[in-house]
Amino acid sequence: MTTKSLHKRESDLANSNKQLKILSNGIFQNGDLPTFKEKISKSGQFPLKAKKLEILQINVGYMCNQVCEHCHVDAGPDRKEIMTKETMLQCLEVIKSTGAHTLDLTGGAPEMNPNFRWFVDEASKVGIKDFIVRSNLTIIRANKKYHDLPEFFKKHNVHVVSSMPHWTRGKTDKQRGNGVFDASIKALQDLNNTGYGMPNSSLRLDLVYNPSGAFLPGNQVDMEKDFKKALKEDFSIQFHNLFTITNLPIARFLDYLIASENYEDYMHALVEAYNPLAVSNVMCTNTLSVSWDGYLYDCDFNQMLGLPVNSKSKHISDYNENLLEGRNIEISQHCYGCTAGAGSSCQGVVA
Amino acid sequence: MQKTYYDPADLKKFGKISDWNQELGDKFFDYYSRVFEEGTLSAREKSLIALAVAHTEQCPYCIDAYTQDGLQRGITKEEMMEALHVGAAIKGGATLVHGVQMMNKVNKLEM
Ligand code: SF4
Ligand code: SF4
Repeated sequence: MTTKSLHKRESDLANSNKQLKILSNGIFQNGDLPTFKEKISKSGQFPLKAKKLEILQINVGYMCNQVCEHCHVDAGPDRKEIMTKETMLQCLEVIKSTGAHTLDLTGGAPEMNPNFRWFVDEASKVGIKDFIVRSNLTIIRANKKYHDLPEFFKKHNVHVVSSMPHWTRGKTDKQRGNGVFDASIKALQDLNNTGYGMPNSSLRLDLVYNPSGAFLPGNQVDMEKDFKKALKEDFSIQFHNLFTITNLPIARFLDYLIASENYEDYMHALVEAYNPLAVSNVMCTNTLSVSWDGYLYDCDFNQMLGLPVNSKSKHISDYNENLLEGRNIEISQHCYGCTAGAGSSCQGVVA
Repeated sequence: MQKTYYDPADLKKFGKISDWNQELGDKFFDYYSRVFEEGTLSAREKSLIALAVAHTEQCPYCIDAYTQDGLQRGITKEEMMEALHVGAAIKGGATLVHGVQMMNKVNKLEM
């Protein structure tokens, strides 16, 4: 089980250029991998263009209480990158000025940012329709100071989206660390007790499932049914929706793929599952991702690969809607992950 | 030259069996996909049955395919192994139950 980030281990893959190099120069034993650019060109979808901004995703820091095996952020307790209040204020200005309907706070564990509560307080006054906080669940149980998070979320009516790799302890702990399953179950029960996830509750609790290995996620509807049944029967837990997402070959998941000699097969599996219909719905077309230091990216994955937006407006402090709209989206081979099967992104299945 | 009878890459070419007899091939694949649809049994249960049968039939292609399918459906390795034991028990039982025929024959022929 991983206990340190790639950065802390001083792994080659901590360097995003190295990751990009592997992704774009993949030498495969069994045939070539077409480039994502070629693939989308065939269906006339290159260049991928950004539409009007609908979702602002803000990564408030890479610090996390977990060190999940597959983490595309390479987050962990040893990551110190954290968004300052000053950058948060700049984000607030942008939120006020755009017509974005969704605000999506992510990390790391966003709750570990010392200004997290202040930020949620301020951002919730701005009148966003869907205010998402991506909580890894265990943070709620990690320390006494976080025990009241469900109440805090409720007070601000935030939409909690949490990752849960499986309804069994074995699979969950393998991907996310020992003890994660029990803590997640307890946190889900805490959220349920606050009113989150109950059938008619407006306090939204959604789960995100991503495969615990080098395979693609199964059908979202079936998985949701199985998750709901198992969590209800075993732990009386309820939640609203389950989103299945495909693991993108980035950071620790890329490291795992290479170390387990699954990289080549996995990339081929992504290409085989390529679905041109999913391309028009990938999240980068209506999302902007802001990094902890305020830079703008097409998505969280591009942020981790160090591929900034292709626009003169590159930082939240010089955010310019006119310059950003219609920009060409930066793509590479990792984008196959968003267009495999029904297509998925941070938001779950899209098509 | 290929040195083994089984090549994992051949699994992907399965559909090609229709090339030399489109009608029967199509009929088989129609039937096959219909069998695996959600029915009285769930698609999940069918996947586990398929995995067990893949083992009793000792088909490496099907073992690969239904192990992968099981993982994608969130089926645990413990569930997969249990399904295999069902297959193994039936296979073992089927061998042993024929022993009755052997016993009958012996009893008939022996003085
Ligand atoms: S996957 Fe989420 S919970 Fe796990 S280490 Fe990464 S940011 Fe933390
Ligand atoms: S990784 Fe996905 S969301 Fe990001 S740029 Fe590629 S297709 Fe778009």
